Amino acid sequence: MNQHEQAEPDRAALSAGARQERRLGWLLCAPAVVVMIAVTGYPIGYAIYLSLQRYDLRFPGQAEFVGLSNYGAVLSSPFWWDAFWVTLFITGVSVAIELVLGMGLALVMHRTIFWRGSVRTSVLIPYGIVTVVAAFSWQYAWTPELGYLAALLPSGEAPLTEQWPALWLIILAEVWKTTPFMALLLLAGLALVPEETLKAAMVDGASAWQRFTRIMLPLMKPAILVALLFRTLDAFRIFDNIYILTAGAQGTGSLSILGYDNLFTALNLGIGSAISVLIFICVGIIAFTFVKLFGTAAPGAEVKR
Amino acid sequence: MAEIILEGVTKRFPDGALAVKDVDLDIADGEFVILVGPSGCGKSTTLNMIAGLEDITEGTLRIGDRVVNDLAPKERDVAMVFQSYALYPHMNVRENMGFPLRLAKVDKVTINTKVEEAAEVLDLTEHLDRKPANLSGGQRQRVAMGRAIVRDPKAFLMDEPLSNLDAKLRVQMRTQISRLQRRLGTTTVYVTHDQTEAMTLGDRVVVMRQGLVQQIGTPAELYDFPRNIFVAGFIGSPAMNFLNATLEDGALRTALGDLPLDDRTRQSLERQNAPREVIVGLRPEAFEDVALSHDGDHAGPVFIATVEVLESLGSDVYVYFTAEGGPATTTELEELATDSGMRDTGADAHHIVVRLDAATRAREGEPVELRVHMAKAHVFDPATGANLTHPVGAA
Amino acid sequence: MAAVGKTHAARWGVMNVVVVLYALFPVWWIAALSFKDPATLTDGDYIPRDWTLENYRGIFDTSEFTRALINSIGIALIATVIAVALGIMAAYAVARLRFPGKRLLIGMSLLIAMFPPISLVSPLFNIERIIGIFDTWIGLIIPYMTFSLPLAIYTLSAFFREIPWDLEKAAKVDGATPAQAFRMVIVPLAAPGVFTTAILVFIFCWNDFLFAISLTSTEAARTVPAAIAFFTGSSQFQQPTGSIAAAAVVITIPIVIFVLLFQRRIVAGLTSGAVKG
Repeated sequence: MNQHEQAEPDRAALSAGARQERRLGWLLCAPAVVVMIAVTGYPIGYAIYLSLQRYDLRFPGQAEFVGLSNYGAVLSSPFWWDAFWVTLFITGVSVAIELVLGMGLALVMHRTIFWRGSVRTSVLIPYGIVTVVAAFSWQYAWTPELGYLAALLPSGEAPLTEQWPALWLIILAEVWKTTPFMALLLLAGLALVPEETLKAAMVDGASAWQRFTRIMLPLMKPAILVALLFRTLDAFRIFDNIYILTAGAQGTGSLSILGYDNLFTALNLGIGSAISVLIFICVGIIAFTFVKLFGTAAPGAEVKR
Repeated sequence: MAEIILEGVTKRFPDGALAVKDVDLDIADGEFVILVGPSGCGKSTTLNMIAGLEDITEGTLRIGDRVVNDLAPKERDVAMVFQSYALYPHMNVRENMGFPLRLAKVDKVTINTKVEEAAEVLDLTEHLDRKPANLSGGQRQRVAMGRAIVRDPKAFLMDEPLSNLDAKLRVQMRTQISRLQRRLGTTTVYVTHDQTEAMTLGDRVVVMRQGLVQQIGTPAELYDFPRNIFVAGFIGSPAMNFLNATLEDGALRTALGDLPLDDRTRQSLERQNAPREVIVGLRPEAFEDVALSHDGDHAGPVFIATVEVLESLGSDVYVYFTAEGGPATTTELEELATDSGMRDTGADAHHIVVRLDAATRAREGEPVELRVHMAKAHVFDPATGANLTHPVGAA
Repeated sequence: MAAVGKTHAARWGVMNVVVVLYALFPVWWIAALSFKDPATLTDGDYIPRDWTLENYRGIFDTSEFTRALINSIGIALIATVIAVALGIMAAYAVARLRFPGKRLLIGMSLLIAMFPPISLVSPLFNIERIIGIFDTWIGLIIPYMTFSLPLAIYTLSAFFREIPWDLEKAAKVDGATPAQAFRMVIVPLAAPGVFTTAILVFIFCWNDFLFAISLTSTEAARTVPAAIAFFTGSSQFQQPTGSIAAAAVVITIPIVIFVLLFQRRIVAGLTSGAVKG
């Protein structure tokens, strides 16, 4: 026991410095925290407040407290559920495709011997390009009489004007734009797989496929989960691509499109805010599911020291 | 070049915890002094206080004839070599070595001459234009040394400068540092946790534990006359063997049998009012193979042990066996055992290790007859850890 | 053996080509559109038959585009500077200091990184109208810097963790004053990370569309992505396709330049925050 007490100096040394550190740490974080709270926390609180009001911008004088009736209106509306299922569909399908494609892309970037720099550079282009620009490119490509891709279709087909083709084209645009990001995250995960472990597996008689599924995937699991979490939440808020490609017509509107339309077309702040809050809750549920179900480590959460 | 004098130097953190307590140390001009001890003993804090990287809570620190307690590092004119080398990755070797001179506003021509001189000494001339990232560990270490020597400072402070090198390189660099220091004659304070480094490099060694100086002395003094059980256990490789013993009828009753005391030891123990229960410490070379001794030139108690492990080093043979009754334990010894992950002791605490002449016929699994040189035995007080055989420690 | 090596290389070569085509084709297509004159606009060719700068001349003649370009550059730059400045402070604390609440800060930035911006559009729209910053630069700078802060904090703290801070001590013993140690040692080491973060944050702000169309109503603050969605064409009877394509190419140029020049750094920055998770 005595020994432990005497061994104190070093630990205490840290805890003493810690006091100063603590103050400095708080001081340095304060501006960022204040900004983040002021610009997100306060408005979301305000959104909750607005969502409990009847608040139509055309009749601002008639604002009054209506309890949860806005939520009732939204949740009983087919618009909400259509948008919800569309969003879920786009999210699920595009993230699944991105994962597979992204893994392939990551493997190519990881293994390729020549051209590595140019491959990485070109892969970064979709990531960097303004989504709206890419969306216009796709839109023109699929517009009859104009686009090279539409030209491949039987004449008279206008895929962007039909629900299912349009949904798939939205997914295509989304996948094109965000697969590189997925690939880069997975590439970072690949770098964590020790070369020697793979060699050991090779010596132990594992085929390429077995090395991939038995060694690489399990070791990359944390990176994969983080990438999935990021992409799922990102896909769930899809807006730009749909707005440009179809503007949400023919049942292709996502929840974000619904929220936007409600605010700027219907000018109904009460309903719009209720939608905002519901979307926020959906995102919360997705994040919670990832963390609890799959044990996704929050990126940066292990920041030690 | 200068002497460094610490008087009652204490480091207390604001919450009252003591990292270093009341260190008195006179380092002579040109002397090579080692601060050694297990991790957390305060040796690095002491070095940082000399460098000016940590404030001194109490006491005075003199470098040369100035009290430097309140001076910033740059005003103390000392150079430091860090464990991580702390080379500036964005500067090449030439810029790294010239950096202190550049800060001191030395003119470019002089900087160049001095850097090239130092590079010559350290065999770095052909690497001057490379960045640290392109150097090997040993080369980086030499650049760190170079950055220290170009300034011709009053003192070199080295914080475990060799611990990032592999074993072979470490031995080479140890010799090189020693030669360099002799040649430059610059006062040097060197921190390490490796007692071998301490023993081979230092003019004098300061053993520290839990913020307190345990003993200051030449390597030989520490080895032959450790003041307490901590120093005895820390210095020496393989480490000293410790056995519980009972003082009875002028002999030490131990698991190895009764070890009769020689006159000098008996008198010393009586003067010290030794308790009945003591710990006896025997270095591996305090034993000999009876079969090899000539006409009993050393009298001493003899016992038989069964060899468990035998390590032959060519010149010597180490024999390991288990003594009944288990090893002696005190807080100091436990602490050393925890720390020994970093030390090359070779034996675990349950074994007695004995160094025998290479001519021994001892074989693993067979008994061997051993004699103990009682003149080399140390007796410690288990309560205080004090050495009762050599109470004054180094003279 | 050699044959095997050759097919191996060929396979990688094919894959590389596929990857590069995949990434660049849509960009190439819209660039090609922007150089076509109205007559050949609909020919569906990948390479314009008659090259023309007409579309570019057209958009630079209208304040609709030039003003939006100025807005885009100004807003993105200011938001980037502020976000990076706040990010540097917080990231330094996260990377180097120990203090309670660090996890909270990280959790909070994570939350914001995942926050659905649409949830903020309604309340921000109303708040900004009330306090009078709707349809102004500030009205966009505020959400941009907020949503890019998590990105800045992650990336910067990952970079800062890599800096050997011991060097500060070494510089002091070498005779540097604290200011010199900071300027001559820490700044050169931190600069690449800060610069990379700034590029990522800039791309983020540059890319935004939702806030840009929701929180602006006139040319006063409308950025290019929003402006091109409202393009009407240079004449009443003309589709704005050529103008949109030209505008799209113009705002793509800075991104392509960044990517070409700093590919390695951007990859490091994008992945640094995520790998350690």
